[in-house]
Amino acid sequence: MTTTSTPKSTGRATAFSERTNPVRGEVLLEVEGLQRHFPVTQGIVFQRQTGAVKAVDGIDFQLIAGETLGLVGESGCGKSTTGRLVTRLDEPTGGKITFQGADITHLNRRQMRPFRRDVQIIFQDPFSSLNPRQTVGTIIAAPFDIQGIKSEGGTRKAVQDLMARVGLNPEHYNRYPHEFSGGQRQRIGIARALALRPKLIVCDEPVSALDVSIQAQVVNLLDDLQDEFDLTYLFVAHDLSVVRHISDRVAVMYLGKIVEIAARDELYNHSRHPYTHALLSAVPEPDPDAVKRRERIRLTGDVPSPLNPPTGCRFRTRCWKAQDVCAEQEPPLVQIGAPGHLAACHFPEERDVV
Amino acid sequence: MFNYIVRRLLQMVLILFAISAITFFLFWATPANPALLICGKDCNTERIAEVNASYGFDDPLIVQYGRYMSGLVNPGGRELGSEGSQEHCSWPCLDRSLQNGLQVTDSIADAIGPTFWLATGAAVLWLVSGVLLGLLAALRKGKWLDKLSVGLALFGVSFPTLVLGYLLVFVFIVKGGLLPYPDQANSSPSAGLVPFFQFYILPWVTLALVNAALYTRLTRANMIDTMNEDFIRTARAKGLGERQVVFKHGLRAALTPIVTIFGLDLGALLGGAVITERIFSIQGLGKLSIDSVLGNDLPVVMGVVLVAAFFVVFANIVVDVLYAFIDPRVRLS
Amino acid sequence: MSTTASTEPVQPSGARDASAFLEVRDLHVRFPTDDGLVRAVNGLSFSLQPGETLGIVGESGSGKSVTSLAIMGLHKGSRAQVEGEIWLDGDELVSMRVEEMRRLRGNKVSMIFQDPLSAMHPFYKIGDQLVEAYLVHNDVSKAVAKKRAVDMLDRVGIPSPASRYHDYPHQFSGGMRQRAMIAMALMCDPRLLIADEPTTALDVTVQAQILDLMNDLQKEFNSAIIIITHDLGVVAQMAQKLVVMYGGRVVEAGDVRDIFYRPEHPYAWGLLGSIPRITGGGDRLKSIKGSPPSLINLPTGCPFHPRCDFRDKVPGDACVTDVPELLQIGGTPHAARCHIPSPERQRLFTEQIKPAL
Repeated sequence: MTTTSTPKSTGRATAFSERTNPVRGEVLLEVEGLQRHFPVTQGIVFQRQTGAVKAVDGIDFQLIAGETLGLVGESGCGKSTTGRLVTRLDEPTGGKITFQGADITHLNRRQMRPFRRDVQIIFQDPFSSLNPRQTVGTIIAAPFDIQGIKSEGGTRKAVQDLMARVGLNPEHYNRYPHEFSGGQRQRIGIARALALRPKLIVCDEPVSALDVSIQAQVVNLLDDLQDEFDLTYLFVAHDLSVVRHISDRVAVMYLGKIVEIAARDELYNHSRHPYTHALLSAVPEPDPDAVKRRERIRLTGDVPSPLNPPTGCRFRTRCWKAQDVCAEQEPPLVQIGAPGHLAACHFPEERDVV
Repeated sequence: MFNYIVRRLLQMVLILFAISAITFFLFWATPANPALLICGKDCNTERIAEVNASYGFDDPLIVQYGRYMSGLVNPGGRELGSEGSQEHCSWPCLDRSLQNGLQVTDSIADAIGPTFWLATGAAVLWLVSGVLLGLLAALRKGKWLDKLSVGLALFGVSFPTLVLGYLLVFVFIVKGGLLPYPDQANSSPSAGLVPFFQFYILPWVTLALVNAALYTRLTRANMIDTMNEDFIRTARAKGLGERQVVFKHGLRAALTPIVTIFGLDLGALLGGAVITERIFSIQGLGKLSIDSVLGNDLPVVMGVVLVAAFFVVFANIVVDVLYAFIDPRVRLS
Repeated sequence: MSTTASTEPVQPSGARDASAFLEVRDLHVRFPTDDGLVRAVNGLSFSLQPGETLGIVGESGSGKSVTSLAIMGLHKGSRAQVEGEIWLDGDELVSMRVEEMRRLRGNKVSMIFQDPLSAMHPFYKIGDQLVEAYLVHNDVSKAVAKKRAVDMLDRVGIPSPASRYHDYPHQFSGGMRQRAMIAMALMCDPRLLIADEPTTALDVTVQAQILDLMNDLQKEFNSAIIIITHDLGVVAQMAQKLVVMYGGRVVEAGDVRDIFYRPEHPYAWGLLGSIPRITGGGDRLKSIKGSPPSLINLPTGCPFHPRCDFRDKVPGDACVTDVPELLQIGGTPHAARCHIPSPERQRLFTEQIKPAL
């Protein structure tokens, strides 16, 4: 089930209360066969399930302490759902999530509480994810209050230190979210996520809503914070350039499955899966002459419905290489090329499209 | 779609069933003694025993409830009264009044006419005036017409119905003599249209004012929001004239939520407009319900509650189905 | 204020460029609000030839979308104050009467918007919305318009157009909706197509399809295109000419290669440095400090001065007190609005900026 060749977790079950600090290179989080199916029902009196939207349909990956794993794919591929499952904001319908050796797949709210300190999430829309009626100070202090944590010098000082760290003016402690610009709001979200010194932060499209110049500031901030606080990131995004910039490893999702996963440069320069090829070649480069140089692969048609995904390989309906076997057998995610490079394709082929 | 409607109708039956049970058992939880009510002035223990036997008040509550429900479940209706003084009550049987002994189904049938005319007339009035005023206000946002309509709406919302009703009666009937005193004989259009309108015009205004004000504000807000939508910009970018932009593209989208609320408001009113009927002494469901509640007249209370509940629940279904037709994004399955 | 002999102002106050199909001259757009006067566009000028694609790049609040709405005349009847001249094929649009302008919209000039789901009416069939766009400007029967709509849906690559004609917008995928939106904009063979962030709401593979489609259609119809976007990758692929806007002004303009390979304005340097590249590694991004200016309280002088790293290259307080002119560089169409002399800017770019890109 392991999807990478990185060292396996020691399997030591760790009580959360101990707050063991993860050792760099150890497995921090492991996901096996993770599924999230949203039921579709029908019926007059009794509703019976007639199908399911298979948003996430059996994925495996590991997060190594200290790394950033980029999760890319187009809308509806299940990348954001995966982020929500990992933070247990959503309940998996199958599979297993292990955090520092402890099974957290089906923990209830109360059981999840210690785990919430360690795993935080940053959302895309910095405006709608902040309560407009609370001051910034209250918003950032909320995690302290909820977890009942007292910090030296009081919560206010801790919050102001955090604000200064993420580049906000600590004197703005009593301001409301609408008084801040989009980039500053995202900094508020980051400060809130950072408050309890988490080990893992799921970043769900954290810079997609920001202007280019601001996006760079936030990306740089995330970079710095990772070094300073030994953070591990699961970076969910659709922008392949940002993902290349920030990630150590990258996983590509299509219709609820991981189709390819590899170390960053390996994936961008030596990808094997045709969908990865198509995705990478579609990114417009900010270089007018590159248009002629780069190979172009244009997909036709739309992504099929996750309610009724194609048999065998899910990408085959849009794939130019598809053969009969693609409809009959689902290609397993297996190692191809460099260690840790896995792809799920019957006809993998190395191609540099970037 | 068909499945959906069937499912909703079945739900409706369940809801009405639950309401009937709650009303029934709640009534018997009050200290009222209906037998005392029926036997009247020269009451004695024998009379009470007689009444109890005739009406079955001695039976356990659950049996009485079962008997009541049999008149609604059984397509043949049921027999009322004890041996010797039986009378047939055909479906849907709602028992008979404890006060006057009349079958409740007949009383409701008599009262529903005036309530229907009162409610629909008022509904048309508030819908038309509210939407028109709201539309004008939205299109002249910030101008004097807008400010006037917002002011009127505020006035309408805050003016008590009771005061307005009596004020209208005083000004138009008692002092002004512009309208005749209400005569119950004119409560249906068969009495001639002029007397009909003379009978209902003041009740309509009284009943419609609050909602007209609310609908003005609602239409104005919806229309302003809609006119800021991207598809309105697209319509203008196509080169459509402003009239088409407003009526074909704007109004249709802005009115959709109003259709929903209108259906529910109308449904709720068909159960009786208590205050308005009282002021203008209209013999409708509202008056019937007050009389029955004050008189501890359980069967009539039950009947009125069930009819009112039926209209509310049914209006809900109609609105949901209608919505699916208006807004193609809503697919009922 | 010109500092070198080789530079001259881009907008001579004299005659206008008669060869241009579209010429925007000294355009100002302001909106009075409760918080104060929003100065969205402050003296914007550019021109465009038929068959050419102009990219307008800028961040939120740079005035790029407001400009497109001004060309469409969509500010008419609103509170916006529009001044300046917009010449389209011999007609001046700013002073044009509403009714005349209405006849141009969707006909000679049409527009596609960012989010095709909200830009189409949710209650009407896609086909009917296309037909409506045709019937406004063409006195033909509904059947003729309908045939035209099906043809256009087919032309933009919608499979089985005759049956998809009867679908509602929500039944289309995002990419299909944007194709339908393009079909709708092209119903009356516009000479100028304005695309405001046409692919921002789309996935990359779909974006690539739509950009290809727009390029193909331009070759076929020879219309002029203005593409407004914040995505430098999109303009690099689509545009021949580029305008970089900041604080409602053009800060740099020129051939697309000028801006990407020889940029001279510090803001353009900042933009190019702050985008992560698909070819790049994990090097630190060169972000621009601070945030875009408030259009109610625009900084005095050069609007970019509070965020500029090169103010020490300009003697005195010129950056804070004087708005630099948009000056041509060496007689080419390339122009920049900066107090630093052009040779110095070129030296700075070659020595400090380029190696880090």
